[in-house]
Amino acid sequence: MRHIISILIENESGALSRVAGLFSARGYNIESLTVAPTQDPSLSRMTLVTLGSDDIIEQITKQLNKLIDVVKLIDISESSHIERELMLVKVRAVNGLREEVKRLTDIFRGNILDVTASTYVVEVTGEKSKLDAFIQTVGEDNIIEVVRSGATGILRGERGLSL
Amino acid sequence: MELSGGEILVQCLKDEGVEYIFGYPGGAVLHIYDALFKQDAVKHILVRHEQGATHAADGYARATGKPGVVLVTSGPGATNAVTGIATAYMDSIPLVVFTGQVPLPVIGSDAFQEADIVGITRPCVKHNFLVKDVTKLAETVKKAFYIATTGRPGPVLVDIPKSLTDPAIRIPYEYPQSVSIRSYNPSVKGHRWQIRKAVDLLATARRPVIYSGGGVVLSNAAEGLTELARFLDFPVTNTLMGLGAFPASDRRFIGMLGMHGTYEANMAMHDCDVLLAVGARFDDRVTGKISEFCPTAKIIHIDVDPASISKTVRVDIPIVGDVGQVLADMLEMLKAGDKAVQREAPAAWWEQIDRWRSVQCLNYDSASDKIKPQYVIEQLWQVTRGDAYVTSDVGQHQMWAAQFYKFDRPRRWINSGGLGTMGFGLPAAIGVKLAFPEADVACVTGEASIQMCIQELATALQYRTPVKIVNLNNGYMGMVRQWQEFLYESRYSHSYLETLPDFVKLAESYGHVGLRISKPAEVRGALEEAFRLRDRTVFLDFLTDPTENVYPMIEAGKAHHDMRLAPGVSPDTELA
Repeated sequence: MRHIISILIENESGALSRVAGLFSARGYNIESLTVAPTQDPSLSRMTLVTLGSDDIIEQITKQLNKLIDVVKLIDISESSHIERELMLVKVRAVNGLREEVKRLTDIFRGNILDVTASTYVVEVTGEKSKLDAFIQTVGEDNIIEVVRSGATGILRGERGLSL
Repeated sequence: MELSGGEILVQCLKDEGVEYIFGYPGGAVLHIYDALFKQDAVKHILVRHEQGATHAADGYARATGKPGVVLVTSGPGATNAVTGIATAYMDSIPLVVFTGQVPLPVIGSDAFQEADIVGITRPCVKHNFLVKDVTKLAETVKKAFYIATTGRPGPVLVDIPKSLTDPAIRIPYEYPQSVSIRSYNPSVKGHRWQIRKAVDLLATARRPVIYSGGGVVLSNAAEGLTELARFLDFPVTNTLMGLGAFPASDRRFIGMLGMHGTYEANMAMHDCDVLLAVGARFDDRVTGKISEFCPTAKIIHIDVDPASISKTVRVDIPIVGDVGQVLADMLEMLKAGDKAVQREAPAAWWEQIDRWRSVQCLNYDSASDKIKPQYVIEQLWQVTRGDAYVTSDVGQHQMWAAQFYKFDRPRRWINSGGLGTMGFGLPAAIGVKLAFPEADVACVTGEASIQMCIQELATALQYRTPVKIVNLNNGYMGMVRQWQEFLYESRYSHSYLETLPDFVKLAESYGHVGLRISKPAEVRGALEEAFRLRDRTVFLDFLTDPTENVYPMIEAGKAHHDMRLAPGVSPDTELA
């Protein structure tokens, strides 16, 4: 099962490597990991996407909680939540493709950020599956470069992850 | 009061009540050593290798319950300490390790004796710090001691760049009275409802076993455990780390469990219906084959570390909290008697256990004309009236010490259980002896292990720590040889030590007493003589039977009832 774990962690040097090191030392999977400071500059928020059985996920959350720098965490995929990822795609845009990619970008509610005689840079946000679908629809042969931010997420409603 | 960084560190140690610091100087810590020189409240113990410093501090910590403190220099000084730090980490021992670092401005430039020790030790410390600002030094030291000694204890490393300890830079000093870390709040009180459920289950158990580990020792909960076990009249088995937490002389003690545990302990584990795991972590050397671990048992697990619960074995009633507190709560509920303890059923269980016991799984050939290592340990136990501090290295001798020295008190058995570090025993014994100068301290070792930290014989002389080294010398890395005999058709690949030093002369050249013992009849007398020489370190080189094996043995990955017994010992087939 795929889980999205949101972590509030002390914004200190080495904190990220404690988390990354934990995963490699204990053989856990990381699908993606994003991190940036929060509105409180002493804290960073990390979103970690991982795969594992219930037992493994339980161990992952316990081991993360054990890290001294981890202030709080929540497995947001256990509740109603919003997941978003940002993707920038450099697409070959020549001949008929120029119109086709423009049309697909509109359908996926993306934006074209850069245009040259032969390329577009398209911005798409959404869940992982939507971004995967965009790549598939445009066709791998037409794609020059893809950069994805990794997932971030937040709980719906009143509940959340804060101090 | 204005102090330099080096003076601040030393003053922090004084304010923390540190008695001994184990260390080795070098470039990056010279300012600190200069500050140490100018005082005598904190006594420095100069080891001969940084690994020895960490093990000595570790032995001190295990015997006293107080944190062990280490000071080493940057680069190789720090990397040499890593084995000792990892040893303490695996056994949850509170250490605070200070490492020198190259000056702040040159960090990252591959400077002389630079190593990223914070990065290197990250996976084997409870936490570590690189101090970048001298005004944060005192606070960081306070945090380090707090983290190391609370919750599930463990080693904490503080890396101090040389530029922070510059004697020319002086700042006001104040040691924080207390510390709070928003991201670290170890829970100590167990959940009342969970404890209630556990008590109800214990009260109705028909075939109970208490399986207790090092957590009971760490939490100073041996009395609570003993009272609970006696109140319930339940059998108790200890892990290697838990020995002494329940008195071995009590008839309820069924011995150590696991790979080299007793027949009765392992059989009882296999057949029990309620397992109370206390401060133990279901290590693979204890559980054997996970899928056949306690197949008919409901499991209660008390541990201060939530991550230890259901890590390898799923438990039915988890209780997160300090073992001592939870045991006290349990006892209170049991004594209140809301649920009467079912006593008839355990009587039948005791009969069964006693039949397993009658197999006498630890029997060995006591008529042999060779010195049997088991006999040496039995004699050591007698000569020291069961009251010595016994440290050990790792291998067969460690298992024999665990099986044959009957520990009645916690913190007396001091060994590297989790990491299994050869070389631990001698420096650890020095740490213990410093803490308890009047006590008998023995280091049970083998000719392979002892050579891994033998240089600390010099430390033992310098600080007059008269420990007795019980060297079970069989010429082999005994446990490796045993596995090779059983599992590799006796192909003894590189486990025979063809060239050994003359340990008697070696001991003498370090200024100690050396004795060689080659006949069983000489064993007792030699041990008595060694302990009679109260102010001398004595190296007892026992030439033991090289073919002796440790029994019983559960081979890795096999189940508890699948034991290899000693030749001449037969299982109770009628009842199996």
